[in-house]
Amino acid sequence: MIEINASLCKNCGYCIKFCPRQILEIGNVRNRRGHFYPHLTDADKCTSCAICASMCPEGAIELPPKGADSHG
Amino acid sequence: MAEYKRASLLADSPSGYCPGCLHGLATKLIAEVIDDLGQADNSLNVISVGCSALNLLYWSGDNLSVAHGRAPAAATGIKRTNPERLVFAYQGDGDLAAIGLAEIMSAANRGENFTVIFANNQTYGMTGGQMAPTTLIGQKTTTSIYGRDPQTTGYPMKMCELISTLEAPVFVARYALNSPKGVNDARKGIKKAFELQLAGKGFTFIELLTNCPTNWKMSPMQTLEYMNTNTIPYFKPGIYKDKEADVK
Amino acid sequence: MGEKRFMKGNEAIAEAAVRGGCRFFAGYPITPQNEIPEYLSWRLPEVGGVYVQGESEISSVNMVYGASAMGTRAMTSSSGPGISLKAEGISYLAAAMLPALVVNISRGGPGLGSIQPAQSDYLQATKALGHGGFHCMVFAPNSAQEAVDTVYEAWEYAERDRNPVLVLMDGCLGNIMEEVELPPMKEVIPEEAPEWSLSRRNGRDYQGNITPIYTEPILEGLNAMAGEMYKAWEEDDVKVEEFMVDDAEYVVVAYGIASRVSKEAVLKLREEGYKVGLIRPITLFPFPKKSIHDLDYSRVKGIIDVEMTIPAQMRDDIELQVLERCPVYEYGRSGGCLLDDDGVYEAIKDIVAGGEA
Repeated sequence: MIEINASLCKNCGYCIKFCPRQILEIGNVRNRRGHFYPHLTDADKCTSCAICASMCPEGAIELPPKGADSHG
Repeated sequence: MAEYKRASLLADSPSGYCPGCLHGLATKLIAEVIDDLGQADNSLNVISVGCSALNLLYWSGDNLSVAHGRAPAAATGIKRTNPERLVFAYQGDGDLAAIGLAEIMSAANRGENFTVIFANNQTYGMTGGQMAPTTLIGQKTTTSIYGRDPQTTGYPMKMCELISTLEAPVFVARYALNSPKGVNDARKGIKKAFELQLAGKGFTFIELLTNCPTNWKMSPMQTLEYMNTNTIPYFKPGIYKDKEADVK
Repeated sequence: MGEKRFMKGNEAIAEAAVRGGCRFFAGYPITPQNEIPEYLSWRLPEVGGVYVQGESEISSVNMVYGASAMGTRAMTSSSGPGISLKAEGISYLAAAMLPALVVNISRGGPGLGSIQPAQSDYLQATKALGHGGFHCMVFAPNSAQEAVDTVYEAWEYAERDRNPVLVLMDGCLGNIMEEVELPPMKEVIPEEAPEWSLSRRNGRDYQGNITPIYTEPILEGLNAMAGEMYKAWEEDDVKVEEFMVDDAEYVVVAYGIASRVSKEAVLKLREEGYKVGLIRPITLFPFPKKSIHDLDYSRVKGIIDVEMTIPAQMRDDIELQVLERCPVYEYGRSGGCLLDDDGVYEAIKDIVAGGEA
């Protein structure tokens, strides 16, 4: 499952647009630079395709290797 | 996909680029390919003038920042004296297709063994959105407020097409970064260019169609659509020259 | 001992550069310096170096910028019109603190001017080799041998200061043939590439960043550091030849080719009993201020600036040291018309014998 580094996000919306499952949406909390940032609406539906990560201009989305400790 | 890691050559801070700017995506792609090839320590980024210079504070590998348009000349001096290095110049359209036209064409014609990555967003972003040699017909900029008029300013320059007419270049290709497929193809293209360079094959040229939400005065999402309807029909993505493929 | 050869000034410069450790040259054809790139095009590959013929002077100096950033001793050469094109790159070299050697074998100007020798680039060389208010050390040898010795040591200064060095000669000195004694080859060791360079051959394992653009406070600091460096040059690096100045009532100030013609005139006038001397700046920047400032003006009746350009360009630098304590005269030829023995002799004699200009 993906991890979003909120502090790098500039709220361009590309990840939301290109998510094949449409399970990303913008939140209502700003990061330190004043940008709203996205979160998963339904983590169980994420297929780890990483298209969101690939389209992120800031490299703010990562997909940790399977088995790595994630949100728990 | 099994894993997607932030590239080692990107700083821990955000880029200097505006929200939605595909310079950021292009820079990230290059950094990821360099990691894939295990070349982070061996790579050298020749940084040109324009928004691309923002990479000075973002790129955490070896950097040489150079004069406007002269990146292919500086890269020549680097690569000829240190042929073992993975050398690439990252240039915008004003830098490469206007002030640096002599340098890019001559370096390509000499078959210099480095890679030029050309970010084409059809405007001078850093200086506030003036008309570039690649600005589309009818496209409005601060120096073509009624839209680019070919009667007085000519037509958008097609650099891949121009460079592919030269004998020496080994790989010349254009990709659009406004879709997952375009990004995926670009990743493969950049990787191929770097591999050819590491094998000593000669000059490689990658054009990346990018955007400029700020100076196009559009939302990031609108720029992606504008690229589909305007940019891509004129600057057609594809492989314009692949000498190594011909050999096989 | 060194190896003696009979060489053209331009070729002597090229060979001295190779022996001084130069391993990269990029340039563009322009008269009267063509023997430098021609010689290096075959000579550099012999020693594992690189020669590139650039598509322009602009490109060539930027190739040097790239090579120098890798810690390679690099040079370019040209003549006035080409140096104007290189002005951008020289300014960037200074900004990025990159050593390099630039040679100007000058000709008549302004503009395309003439291809014949002239000393018309003094102001460009010493005041503004490019935008942004920087200086380079400027050496003006007056013989093939002195050119060899200067070029051989050029990178020692350039690397010490991390700043480009300019050697300014004119088309006469570049093209006359003279006997030169060549120094031994300096060893070039890639593993000893400077620590500041982007080379990794020296084992560096951390990020290297070389840039000509800075944030404002850093740039201000670097400007101030450069100012200190220029002051240090005045203390440590001035080179000047003073010839028969001790009792001179008239002192000729001339550099390069003009100094050779002037010296002949001084010797002839001495034979005739006139107390004439010669001050020859070897470094034009730093300028030998003291030599002119500290003259005994109760004895010296006039300073004569002889240059192969009209109007004289060194005159302001001279007058700033004379401080109106005696008249300053000038004599020159220009546009590619050469100074000759009789002309210089007569011009000086007119001033010395006539007592006024």
